[in-house]
Amino acid sequence: MPNMSLEKVAMPVQDGMVRSQNFEEVTLGYNEAMAKEEAERCLHCINKPCVAGCPVGIDIPTFIEQIKEGDMEGAYHTLKLSSSLPAVCGRVCPQESQCEQKCVRGIKGEAVAIGRLERFAADTHMAKAVEAIKQPVKNGHKVAVIGAGPAGLTCAGDLANAGYEVTIYEALHEAGGVLVYGIPQFRLPKEIVHQEIDNLKKLGVDIETNMVIGRVLTIEELFEMGFEAVFIGTGAGLPNFMKMPGENLKGVYSANEFLTRINLMKAYEEGVDTPIQHAKKAVIVGGGNVAMDAARCAKRLGVEEVSIVYRRSLEELPARKEEVEHAMEEGIKFELLTNPIQVLGDEQGWVKGMECVRMELGEPDASGRRRPIAVEGSNFIMDIDCMIMAIGTSPNPLIRSTTQGLEANQHGCIVADENGLTSLPGVYAGGDAVTGAATVILAMGAGKKAAHAIDAYLMKK
Amino acid sequence: MYLITKKEVLNPTVTKMVVQAPFIAKKAQPGQFIILRVQEQGERIPLTIADYDREEGTITIIFQIVGRTTKLLNMLNEGDSILDFVGPLGKPTDIKNKKHVCVVGGGVGCAIAYPVAKGLHEQGAKVTAIAGFRSQDLVILEKEFQQVSDFHLISDDGSTGRKGLVTDVLKELIEAGEKFDEVIAIGPLIMMKFVCMLTKEYNIKTMVSMNPIMIDGTGMCGGCRLKVGDETKFACVDGPDFDGHLVDFDEAISRSRTYADFEAQERERECHLLKEGA
Repeated sequence: MPNMSLEKVAMPVQDGMVRSQNFEEVTLGYNEAMAKEEAERCLHCINKPCVAGCPVGIDIPTFIEQIKEGDMEGAYHTLKLSSSLPAVCGRVCPQESQCEQKCVRGIKGEAVAIGRLERFAADTHMAKAVEAIKQPVKNGHKVAVIGAGPAGLTCAGDLANAGYEVTIYEALHEAGGVLVYGIPQFRLPKEIVHQEIDNLKKLGVDIETNMVIGRVLTIEELFEMGFEAVFIGTGAGLPNFMKMPGENLKGVYSANEFLTRINLMKAYEEGVDTPIQHAKKAVIVGGGNVAMDAARCAKRLGVEEVSIVYRRSLEELPARKEEVEHAMEEGIKFELLTNPIQVLGDEQGWVKGMECVRMELGEPDASGRRRPIAVEGSNFIMDIDCMIMAIGTSPNPLIRSTTQGLEANQHGCIVADENGLTSLPGVYAGGDAVTGAATVILAMGAGKKAAHAIDAYLMKK
Repeated sequence: MYLITKKEVLNPTVTKMVVQAPFIAKKAQPGQFIILRVQEQGERIPLTIADYDREEGTITIIFQIVGRTTKLLNMLNEGDSILDFVGPLGKPTDIKNKKHVCVVGGGVGCAIAYPVAKGLHEQGAKVTAIAGFRSQDLVILEKEFQQVSDFHLISDDGSTGRKGLVTDVLKELIEAGEKFDEVIAIGPLIMMKFVCMLTKEYNIKTMVSMNPIMIDGTGMCGGCRLKVGDETKFACVDGPDFDGHLVDFDEAISRSRTYADFEAQERERECHLLKEGA
């Protein structure tokens, strides 16, 4: 008999007040008994709607069945057939709008906790002694991957498994992309990312850090060096600002800068050389996952009052529900239906306040969300000493400005077909560089598709 | 890891290092910079490329010891390695098609002003160079400048060259009828600001090399942003060279002091470490 409980088996978490003082992982994961109990909730539907909701098409009922039977290693191998980074995706995917949204158990009650089970299987595997990775048979072809984020890592892994010699070029000093500089330790421990990257290296993937493609080498030169295809997975790392007065005052950060200082440079740790401002009252402008991450990092740095300022209401917040709940439990305030119009500074050039207007929601706009409209005369000033702009990012122009003939749209996103092929032969692209800022799993899906397409292209050549 | 093949002390606070970095050496142009990280807990700092040797595959950096990271860097010797070294970053300085240029360097900024002067000289431009230092023992690259330019040496205290400020000489030269198509100023923000104020009066195009706080140096964070005309620019990708008459220097000076307290603390931490080590 399946477990007919309407609710997911609860996952242990660190207490809200305790965890808001540390950078350790918030959610603690299932133990084996919890995982088996939750696995019992899966009905093993014949048409597997959950699989269609997963951007990389993991065989969900099979891996859940394996967990139920206690075959954790088997479950991990099922996951690995479709996903390169299960320990990452089990943690950071917005399952509520992907696999779990399609789960039939979700019609009445809560969906099966697919993400938590994925994480359990991956963590169980990774906690064991490391097994020797089987070296794929080399096929003698070379492919270059630009960018070591989720798209590039997935593409590289799949190509290496297919026998290609793969070199990843990464601009920063560490591979991982947003997994290392963006998503904080308390949501995604960096040890997990490092372990996944080590596995790729054992597979024979060469990762060259400190290589800014476009400056140090062009795509043309990569072909001259003997690479037969190139995958561009450079992401969307260019921060947007609001272009309002006072944005260049000291204490105003882009979320990218704030998070890079904290996550990549470990500015919160004792004895580390990268500084970070120790503010008292911080606001984060924006309502996505990046805004939640920045707010929760600020709290952990010891900022006394942290507020999210968002121009729409709670329902429209684009961040994952779980992250919003976690932020609220940690004492983050939410100033909803509020929009900043200018930043105010003191005579030393530091932020001291932010002038805002209240908003109300009008008719739905092109995106289907109700458009926020400023309420006249509702202006007010918030006292702050730190402001973090988390209103989105755009693709970095470096690659497209140094690659002749590479088409991009008006948003700066590289134009690619459904297989990732760009306007240049042999050049593929995927992830945020093509879609604009999206999710880790979509980037992985794009990396996977492109790997298939590159394989087909080079085998035909 | 990037091997240090040569180290030379230029003066008590300024050191020259030649670093093995063949990919960067192949592409580097005057005016571009690198970002380095000395060690695992280290921060990323930007330094301008002072010279490069494409055949040897090396990049030369010249840095002033101003805080913890430059002190740590200075503790490395020939045969040691720098953990991370990335570049070439930023846009190259435009040195083409110029007839007569005045290159103004201040302090360690001369390390960057010199390759620009040399590049201009090699292109056949007439170069006047004005280099300012606090005192005689801080002078660098004097002979090198003399070889490529009509050279003016200035010191704050008069211990070498002429006593005064770079702007005094620049003003005299302009008043005396020197026709510069362009002035290129590289040095402390305050010096570049005053050069720009002066040249604005005479309506002489002036380019400056900005040196804001940077982290990644690839355009992903905006830490290095500055106001140029009505626009916000990222110095790491849009610069570091900008039209000096459009740069908001007061804002840039203010932003450069964001971590002044932290840096002072770090200097102290470094001093304690050195004392303990002694």
